[in-house]
Order: sequence, then C-alpha cells, then structure tokens
Amino acid sequence: MSTLIGNKPQQPMPDGASLPKPIKPWKPTPKQLLSDLLGAITAVIASLIVVAITPLAGALGLIATFMAVSIVIASSISWIRQDRKAAANSVSTIIIYFLAAFVLLPVVSIIFEIIRKGVPGLSLGVFFNDMSVTSSDAPLNEGGLLHALVGSLYVVALATIISIPIGLLTALYLTEVNGKAAGIVRFFVQAMSGVPSIVAGLFIYAVWMISFGGTYTTAAGSMALAILMIPTVARTAEEVLKLIPTDLREAGLALGATQWKTVALVVVPAARSGLITAVILGVARVAGETAPLLLTIGGNDAMNWNPFSGNNSALPFYIFKNFSLGTETAIARAWTGIFVLMIVVMIFFTLTRILGNKKG
Amino acid sequence: MSIAENLAPTEVPKPREITTEPRFSDRVFKGVVSSGGFISLLVLGLISLFLLYNGLGVFRSEGLSFVTSFDWVAESIENGTEASYGIGAMLYGTLVIGFIGLFFGFPLAFGTALFLSYYAPEWIKKPMVLVVDIMAAIPSIVFGVWGYFILMPQAEEWARLINKYLGFIPIFSMPGDFFTRSPFIAGLVLAIMIIPIITSISREVFAQTPLDRIQAAYALGATRWSMIRAVVIPYGKGGVIGGAMLGLGRALGETVAVYTVLNLVYDIRPEILLSAGGSVASLIVNKFGDANPPELKALMAAGFVLFVVTLIVNFIANIIINRTVRKG
Repeated sequence: MSTLIGNKPQQPMPDGASLPKPIKPWKPTPKQLLSDLLGAITAVIASLIVVAITPLAGALGLIATFMAVSIVIASSISWIRQDRKAAANSVSTIIIYFLAAFVLLPVVSIIFEIIRKGVPGLSLGVFFNDMSVTSSDAPLNEGGLLHALVGSLYVVALATIISIPIGLLTALYLTEVNGKAAGIVRFFVQAMSGVPSIVAGLFIYAVWMISFGGTYTTAAGSMALAILMIPTVARTAEEVLKLIPTDLREAGLALGATQWKTVALVVVPAARSGLITAVILGVARVAGETAPLLLTIGGNDAMNWNPFSGNNSALPFYIFKNFSLGTETAIARAWTGIFVLMIVVMIFFTLTRILGNKKG
Repeated sequence: MSIAENLAPTEVPKPREITTEPRFSDRVFKGVVSSGGFISLLVLGLISLFLLYNGLGVFRSEGLSFVTSFDWVAESIENGTEASYGIGAMLYGTLVIGFIGLFFGFPLAFGTALFLSYYAPEWIKKPMVLVVDIMAAIPSIVFGVWGYFILMPQAEEWARLINKYLGFIPIFSMPGDFFTRSPFIAGLVLAIMIIPIITSISREVFAQTPLDRIQAAYALGATRWSMIRAVVIPYGKGGVIGGAMLGLGRALGETVAVYTVLNLVYDIRPEILLSAGGSVASLIVNKFGDANPPELKALMAAGFVLFVVTLIVNFIANIIINRTVRKG
C-alpha cells in the first residue's frame, strides 16, 4: 500500500488560523508520474526498435509490439512498486484502453474514407440531375442522384406516416392503458426490433406482389421500412411517456377530465419533444436500409414523382446499384451517394441529440 | 339587478352521476389504443404466416433436406436441371460468420463498455459515447462498401499472417491463395457492426451494479481490476451475455454488408480464411433478382427459416436481459 503514503499529511496550523489543506492520497505523486512517463517512452522506443530489427513490419506489427511491450513494462513497474495484484490491474487497464482505442479506428477510417472518396464526385449537378440520360460510366460531372434523393425522401416519409400512429398507440398502450397484455406486447415489440431487414422486405413482397398481384412501388418499400421503424418509435416513445410524472395524469383526472382528454391534452403535449425525438430516431434507423428496398421498390434511373405506381430509386439502392456495377466511375458514384446518405443520416442524428438534450 | 337575483338558479341542474364506470370516450380510447398496441404482435404473426404459406410447398417437397442439403438449383428447361433447394451450407455459413463477428466484436464491445463505465475520464467519455452512437447510426450499405474497399485489403494481410503461423489448425488452413471475400472478413465487418449494441447493453448492465458493493470493494483495498472481477462481472454476467446474444441476432440477420464482402459458395468448407462462405440473407439478395416463381417460393422458405432463427435468438436474449436489467 505504498501509494497511499505518498503524500505526507500536512500539519495543522498551530494557531488554528486556517484549515489544513485536504490531502488526496489517491493522486499519483510526481515520482510515480515520472516513472509512468518513462515507462511509456520506453515502451514506444522499444517497440520501434523491435519493429525495426525484426520482420514484424507495418502498422499492425507496430501496434501489436507496442501493446505487448507496454503491458510488460507497466506490469513490471507496478510489480516492483507494489505487488502482483497491482501488476494484474495495470495489465487489464492497458488492455481495456487498447480495446476502446480499437473501436475508434473503424469509425475514424469510415468517416475519413467517405470524405476522401465521396467529395471528389460531388458537384452541384449531382443534386439537380438524375441518371435517366446518363450511363453510370459517363464522366462524373454528368448525371446525378436527385432521383435517388427524392425516392429516399418519399419512401422514408411514407414509412414515417405509417409508423407514427402505430408506434405511438403501442407506446400509449404500454404506459397509459397498461393492460394485462402489456408485458407480452412489450416483449413482442422488442422481438420485432430484431426482425432482419431482408425478412421485412420478403414479407412485403409476399403480401404485396404475390398475394395482391401488385408491382414494385415506393409505397411497398415504405411498408417494409415501417416494419423496421415501428419498434424503434414505440420503444423510445414508451421511455419518454414513462418519464411524464403520474401527478400530471392524476391532476387531469381529478379535474374531471376523461382519460382520453388527459392523454390528448396533458400527457402527449408534455412529452412532445421526446416523442418527436422518437420519430426522428426511427427515421435515422431506416434512412439507410438497403435490403428491404432491393426487394420492393424496383429501382429507377429517372424521377418518379408518384409514390403509388412505378419503380423508384432511393439513396441506398443507388449506392448498391453502382457498387454492383463495379466500374471505376460507378464506384465513384457509389461513394458520392454514401457521402450524401451519411450527411442525411447525420442531420437526423444531430437533430435527435439537440431535441434529446432539450428539456420538456 | 342584485347579485343574489342573478345567481338564483332558474332551474337546478341535475347532479353529475358519479360512477367508476369508464365513459364512452374512454372506452373508445382504450379500444383504439389497445388494438394499436397489438399491431406488433399482428405483424410478427403475419410475417411468419405469409412466409410459411409461400414456402410451404418447398418445405413439403424438400422435407428436412431443405435445411440439411447444400444445393440450390432452380428448375431450368434449357439446362435440363431439376429444382433442388437446400440452405444447409448457407445456414452453416450464417452461423459461422455470426460467431466470428461475436468472437471479435464481443471483447471489443465489453472492453469499451468497461472503459466507459469505470476507466474513462469525463472528457474522453462523452466523445467516446458519441462515437459509439455514430457507429450505430452508420447504414449497413456503408459498412459493406467500406468493408469491401478499405477493410478487405488489410484483412487479407491479417488472414495471410494467421494462415502462416496458425495454418496447422484445420480452420486456418488454406488450399490455395484465395483470401478475398472470406467468412473471416465478413465476420470482421459484422464485429464492427454489432459493437454498438453490445456496448450499450453492457453499459446499461454495469450501471445497475450497486454502488455500495463497488465502494466496499475499494474500501477493502481492491484495485480497479479486482473490483471489476469481484463485483461488476459477477453482477452483470447475465445481462452482458444477453447483450452478446442480441448482437448475434443482428449479425445473423445482416444482409447487405455481408453480401458485399462474402463470396457465396454452396458447400460447407471448414476453412474460415478461404474465399467461400454462406449466408441465408445474402442468398436471398443474390437469387432474388432472376428467380422464377418456384424459386421465389423457395426463397420465402429460406426467409422463414432465417426469421425463426433470429426470432429465437432474440427471444432468449431479451428474456435474459429483461431478467437482469429492466426488472421494474
């Protein structure tokens, strides 16, 4: 327990004029900080040397060696300073720091690559043209993804219109009515959020195309997305409604309002911004869904303003199509599509953050 | 006119009937809300009903061999082939990439959750939580394209290293130089995709660890790691396992990200580094475009199997999580 005696407790003033300064025995002393710093520097230098003189090359070798060396050095420092338990603590601390750092890597890489590969294909024309008169191999300054953007807008907007009432009713059932079956409903809503997106698409295909003889339309795609969106809306809305104090409900009822009036005029308005967040979370969840759209909207290179008839495209569909074509320009188009899609998703993501932080 | 005159009631209103009987508007409200609440049940029921109904013919003609045999051949008059549908290899491949994803994703997510709950200083914690949330918001097609162009060249090198040093173990052996689009790479992409959900469930679980136990452990002189081993892990074990299963459920149902980075081969290969794998969801995307009506029914049957498998995994996961975390 040598760390605890690092700082000498200060003597109280003899005349009692001022209180003793509080001591922080858990704070590392300068001596410990120095040895930690030296250990870290040694670890960096040692791993550089090891990588330089052994066949372990590249970033992977460097990271692996750095991890191994820092574990060895940190554990030996703690072992010398304290005991075996402290050494185990150092080892686990370093491993956990490394694990957390590894999680950052893919996100940083993804965002970096999206910007690096997506921006070159970006021009104003991208937002004002469709691909109806342009082949995917045409130079990047021709054609655009307006049709996909509009298609995405349509399909997500329709999915939202379907999901809001169902999601809200489910949340109201779970919080306001709270009937005998609430537990079962809650359980099935959880299960529904695990439905694979491809299965949602297949289901709509089975209902819409096979059973009712329909064709590919935007509406079919939005129904598939609604299946994925409802559980997100319902679960978030339930959490929000749970936070509304029971006092408000009781006050409403005590004033002679019916339950319906209390919910409509007191509970829901009180939860308004949270409920909006729930809807936006649902939108963010489905805006990038690809698999169900592949089976339901059919794809299109031109604008289709009618959501109830004819094929349509959507941003994820556009990305998938250009990726599958595989030529250089098509792939550049796919990256630009990804860039635009990520901007859209990030806008919704930021909105949920702002609304989520706001009170009321 | 005096006030008294004004107040004098011309006719006495009947006193309101006081009753506990719900009024008409409330009965309508309850009815509407309840029927809305049951839509999720209805949808789940309809999904299984429609997929089962469409796939029934295939289930009947193929029998058990639908989930055990490896061939997926559509009936074709030009080629003179007879229809034979089996998703055995795809089902096996789905489980393999799911577990590879869990193998890499779980330690990362678990470590990150521990880091966020017990190690990170406040100024790192907030941005780190944001990064994990952003990760959850990235669409799967983005993971797929990134995985194909950016991760795959890297992962091939890692696969070569694994094969070089661990090649004597059968699953890491290699019949030739075919490292692209392997289950290993698909598993890596899935690992990244399931990190956010496992991390957030684990953090939720860790947050439930009673503070007095943590403080007791520290007071007894435990290091941070001994405290985690003695208090946090025993307390949160169930919930974390549930979170991992939820992640597995996501991984099993993932479609586009797997489709872009995996080479579908209708055969069971033990080598995970080899460019040959399977995934039921990818099979559906792959075959859907040019499927004839009977083959479409077979795809519906495959979708039904996938639906049932993910539903079971999710059910178990949610039961475990509900028992440990969301008690109230």
